[in-house]
Amino acid sequence: MSQKSIYESRTIPQILSPLLLLLLALVPATLFAEGLGGFSLDRAKTPEEKGLAIALEADLRDSGFGDTVAELQMVLRNLHGEESKRRMRSSTLEMETDGDRSMVVFEEPRDVKGTAFLSFTHRSGPDDQWLYLPALKRVKRIASNNKSGPFMGSEFAYEDIASQEVEKYTYKFIGEEEVDGEAAYVVERYPLDKKSGYTRQVTWFDQTHFRPLKIVFYDRKDALLKTLTYHAYQQYKDRFWRAEQMKMMNHQTGKSTVLVWEGYQFATGLSERDFDKNSLKRAR
Amino acid sequence: MIFILSIDCSDTQMKIQRSFNKVAPSTSPFLKRGHRRIRWRGAGFLFLTLMLWTFPLFAQGTWSGSIGIESRGFPHAPLDADQSRADASVVFAPEYDVFFDDGNQGILFEGFVRLDGVDGRRTHWDIRELFWERVADLWEIRAGVRRVFWGVTESQHLVDVVNQTDLVERPDGEAKLGQPMVNVTLVNGWGGLDLFVLPYFRERTFPGQDGRLRPPLFVTDDARYVDGDVKRHVSFAARWSHTLGMFDVGLSHFWGTVRDPELTLWVESDDTPVLKPFYERVHQTGLELQTITGGWLWKLEGIHRSGQGDRFTALTGGFEYTVGNIKNSGVDVGLLAEYLWDERDALSPFEDDFFVGTRVALNDVQNTSVLAGAFVDRTSGSSAFLFEASRRVGDRWTVGLEGRGFWNAGVSDPLYAFRKDSHGEIKITHHF
Repeated sequence: MSQKSIYESRTIPQILSPLLLLLLALVPATLFAEGLGGFSLDRAKTPEEKGLAIALEADLRDSGFGDTVAELQMVLRNLHGEESKRRMRSSTLEMETDGDRSMVVFEEPRDVKGTAFLSFTHRSGPDDQWLYLPALKRVKRIASNNKSGPFMGSEFAYEDIASQEVEKYTYKFIGEEEVDGEAAYVVERYPLDKKSGYTRQVTWFDQTHFRPLKIVFYDRKDALLKTLTYHAYQQYKDRFWRAEQMKMMNHQTGKSTVLVWEGYQFATGLSERDFDKNSLKRAR
Repeated sequence: MIFILSIDCSDTQMKIQRSFNKVAPSTSPFLKRGHRRIRWRGAGFLFLTLMLWTFPLFAQGTWSGSIGIESRGFPHAPLDADQSRADASVVFAPEYDVFFDDGNQGILFEGFVRLDGVDGRRTHWDIRELFWERVADLWEIRAGVRRVFWGVTESQHLVDVVNQTDLVERPDGEAKLGQPMVNVTLVNGWGGLDLFVLPYFRERTFPGQDGRLRPPLFVTDDARYVDGDVKRHVSFAARWSHTLGMFDVGLSHFWGTVRDPELTLWVESDDTPVLKPFYERVHQTGLELQTITGGWLWKLEGIHRSGQGDRFTALTGGFEYTVGNIKNSGVDVGLLAEYLWDERDALSPFEDDFFVGTRVALNDVQNTSVLAGAFVDRTSGSSAFLFEASRRVGDRWTVGLEGRGFWNAGVSDPLYAFRKDSHGEIKITHHF
């Protein structure tokens, strides 16, 4: 759901945070600064440790964004090239000790205008999700165990657009490879949730900014399912990178979906109040 | 989303019997049916005037809405020769909203008009919503006409008491009339507290002489109240809601004019027997409870009401189990099962009933979905079926198919009045 989506996730694992905070208090700031600037894979020994280190670094690079809002257009294309469009507004709130909160409000197609989707991502355990149905003025709690299902009839599953928490996968470093001339780390990640539609996702992170460039998804039978590519990265607040376009190709059906992000705004002053059930009813 | 037959309409048979001796009218009521209409026209005029004054502001807002045609067909011959075999309607529902003060304030409008070819009472219009809102960190205030939903269960909505049912719209009671109100919401660590002052009472709509899905006797417009014309009588409501551990809890209390009237037998001056809605003042306490475990959503609603006959309790509880993305097809299938219990026994059609249903969402580009279900009375075996399907066509159109059936209703069953009113319905809607 979040702009943050697919790619980055967040910093410090929940269980370690009190310990890390203590450490941070003791360690000189200069030493810590090295964490951001000088990433090195050398300290990690096994491929699993290296994979996790890369995921954590990517997460760290994107932490501290606070909140974002953006407009999103979704273009669905079938085998015959027929197109269908959706438009929605999306907002995300970064949480200190839990997964992100996000809200998506649909604008088009017009028959679902005003329908809003609120999601509390959790680092462990199932996410909480609510749907607001404007025709009935009703907020409905919904089960989050259908995460592998398509979002709005698109090639993106709910789990693809949900906030990507580091804790939701295990990792394995595969190697280094170039993607369109850019040096990248290749990391495989394995969803911990048995309800996930994937056995594994192969992810390419660029070595300079740790932005995801490409993800290849394998289904539950470990057959090639989808490829997601990121395009036209823009930097915001001199720090946070967001791709303006994300293209998802389904190799099994031949259908594709392109997400186009517009009007990104950071630190707009959103609070938890903007992500509660009352705000869901207010979203239009 | 799911559907009930309105208690009030369907249990007429029983109430006629019960109220036969109770009501002995000596004079015929003389009523001016135009009153309400004039008042609403006044509100509309005021609204338009305000619109003009504040044009610069309203120029920034956005219009949307829908317009559609709908038709119902009834395979069985009606009980009353006046009633139709088929009807057709045009429905127009415009929406407008404008926000200012950095989005902290807004004015929202939802209108509704139906022109029905058969039933003069189904031809009606309503301001579903027209209100001003202001939102702050710890509170929200809304003043004007609104619709508010309370509840968690699917088969019926016991707790949902703020708005009057627009019964002429749908026999399941899911359509609601706009309710004038001032609503203050307080948001805090201890949950959300909603306080309502409801200064004007809206009477339930009923199908007219030519319409189907009505009691065998005409329901008069001239309602009866405990103490004269209480349309101006103020009702009050409060609801606290919070998440406690794994439970979503809602506790509410309503004090005011009851939304579901008793239909009492009345004899007009020309000796015609009619049904007269009788609105009493009640206290109603409501409880909503919901929890989720994996794909299981557990729900419970209960009310306790006093002031309308004997005090009584009614409950609805059950679960919704969803199997998502079956065999990677993207299809979600939900199973619903609820038990409905009502202490009023014979006065409610759902005094000891089961509801079972399924909700299928294809999650395709056209957003195709189907809902089907059945109510079965545990003691009498009387049953009601429902079917609702919808699908988007292109970007701006939707097609809906609905059907309701009534089976096996014995003379003593409240659903007996609807025994010939099984029907199918098609809706074609353009969204703008």
